[in-house]
Amino acid sequence: MKKLTVNASTDNLTTVLEFIDAELEAVGASMKMIFQIDLAVEELYVNIAHYAYTPEDGNVIIQFDSYGDPPLVEIQFIDQGNPFNPLENAEPDITLTAEERQIGGLGVLMVKKTMDEVDYRFEKNENILTIKKSLS
Amino acid sequence: MNIEIKQENEIFVVELEGRMDTNTSPDFQKEMEPYYTKNGFNMILDFDKLDFVSSAGLRVLLLIQKKSKALNGNFVIKNVKPEIQEVFDMTGFSDILTIE
Repeated sequence: MKKLTVNASTDNLTTVLEFIDAELEAVGASMKMIFQIDLAVEELYVNIAHYAYTPEDGNVIIQFDSYGDPPLVEIQFIDQGNPFNPLENAEPDITLTAEERQIGGLGVLMVKKTMDEVDYRFEKNENILTIKKSLS
Repeated sequence: MNIEIKQENEIFVVELEGRMDTNTSPDFQKEMEPYYTKNGFNMILDFDKLDFVSSAGLRVLLLIQKKSKALNGNFVIKNVKPEIQEVFDMTGFSDILTIE
């Protein structure tokens, strides 16, 4: 298991994605898989950066793990901020016209659509968000 | 993300290269603002060298789309890569954007 700890700020998004991409390349992920996982990581990480500690400051731990062949990738985001389950938010209506559309919730919607599993739990004062994606 | 703006007759052709994400989208919006706020603007975004779009990018694209309706403008996106097309499809943006 590989682990990265960063201050939960959008300034560190590039660092987070570089960490994830290096691990994905090491397990032979395709460009399409890297795109989808980068997308999910950005949406979830930015959510944490915006909401977990506001207005305070704090860290987020990102853990990368992979099992089996073809690999199943598991990424966890762990923070000690305010309890917040991003998966509970109402899903946006994607059938509305441009004038009626709002942007909120699209990030999480894309995470749910592209990942095989998405799970949130609050445990011992920590938000633990887990995504899983098979590279098959 | 690199942004290159070319004016061809009355049409602004914008070539984008790199990633349209949380870090780059605010600047992209700022760069585009003088163009999408003009009455009857005509804008083509060329995605040929664009590799990535997240919800932060979708936010700006939706804003330009709304402005084009309100200001009788014309807004077209072309040369979209399959992975980005998938982002448009799963968010319903394929139905509200003009993609060629």
